[in-house]
Amino acid sequence: MYLILFIVLLIIMLGAAVYAVVQKDLLVAVIATGVISLILAILFYLLQAPDVALTEAAIGVALTTIIFVITIRNTVRYEDEHDKNKKSNS
Amino acid sequence: MKKLIVILLLAVLAWDLGVIFLGLNFGNEHFTEGVKDQYLEKTVTELNVANTVTSIVVNFRGFDTLGEVTVLFLAATALGGILYKKRHHVGERSVLFPSSSLVMSGSKLLFPAIILLGVYVFVHGHLSPGGGFQGGTIIATGFLLMLLAYDNYSVSHNLLSIIESLAGIFFVVIGLLGFMNHGTFLENFLPTGTLNNLFSGGVIPIVYILIGFKVAAELTGVIYTVLHEKD
Repeated sequence: MYLILFIVLLIIMLGAAVYAVVQKDLLVAVIATGVISLILAILFYLLQAPDVALTEAAIGVALTTIIFVITIRNTVRYEDEHDKNKKSNS
Repeated sequence: MKKLIVILLLAVLAWDLGVIFLGLNFGNEHFTEGVKDQYLEKTVTELNVANTVTSIVVNFRGFDTLGEVTVLFLAATALGGILYKKRHHVGERSVLFPSSSLVMSGSKLLFPAIILLGVYVFVHGHLSPGGGFQGGTIIATGFLLMLLAYDNYSVSHNLLSIIESLAGIFFVVIGLLGFMNHGTFLENFLPTGTLNNLFSGGVIPIVYILIGFKVAAELTGVIYTVLHEKD
């Protein structure tokens, strides 16, 4: 039972990681990386490392995600948007 | 020619590292014994601290923690040096759409609870999981919520710098006091009290509270600078 929960969580984590790389919408990709951190925090908790789980939850899920979101708001949202702008300008 | 030199240098580096790491017996009994048992033993008997991780981070490996705090301080300072520009008024940052009254009153309601949780986490660092870094980050998240919800909410950069500097200075002063009293840096010099009490563990809660203040001030400053960056 414990092992099945573990494997399911790891598969979700892998899926989120692949999704974050493939996704062209950077906002969705950042949320996917947040999901990775969230599941990592749960895994740390299950592995009886609550200190590390708290750190991961606070920094990985909240702070990093928000800083990336702020960065995206100040730059561009889609991956190839910048290149398109360059081409249309030149 | 250049590539050849690079490859040669890398080979020398790899050889050196290989010699060092092949000499260490990772996973052998000789390597896992010794220090580990000392930590587990002394945490309860000598320091009267319930959380072994905290006792290692703040007391046995306190000097490393000072280094970590310094790294965070340098990162925050560098970010501020790159992004921070002196402005006369603050409410200048770009807002895509103003937040609704629901978000505003909701974050006002949540803000004290988040701060209280952060303070709880770092004050009880030696009793329950968590500590200065975690609590400080939680407090910074609370400030982040307020900064996002209110366009004109501002924190004083000078106050943040003063809190940060004072916390760092007191950390080093406590380390030096331990050095003067017992001969090693960050050695415990206060009475340790009884196990599982709030006032126990000697110098550990004080150091963790200082780290909590320092991390909270640094991360709030980082978020504030990033949020107000506009070219």
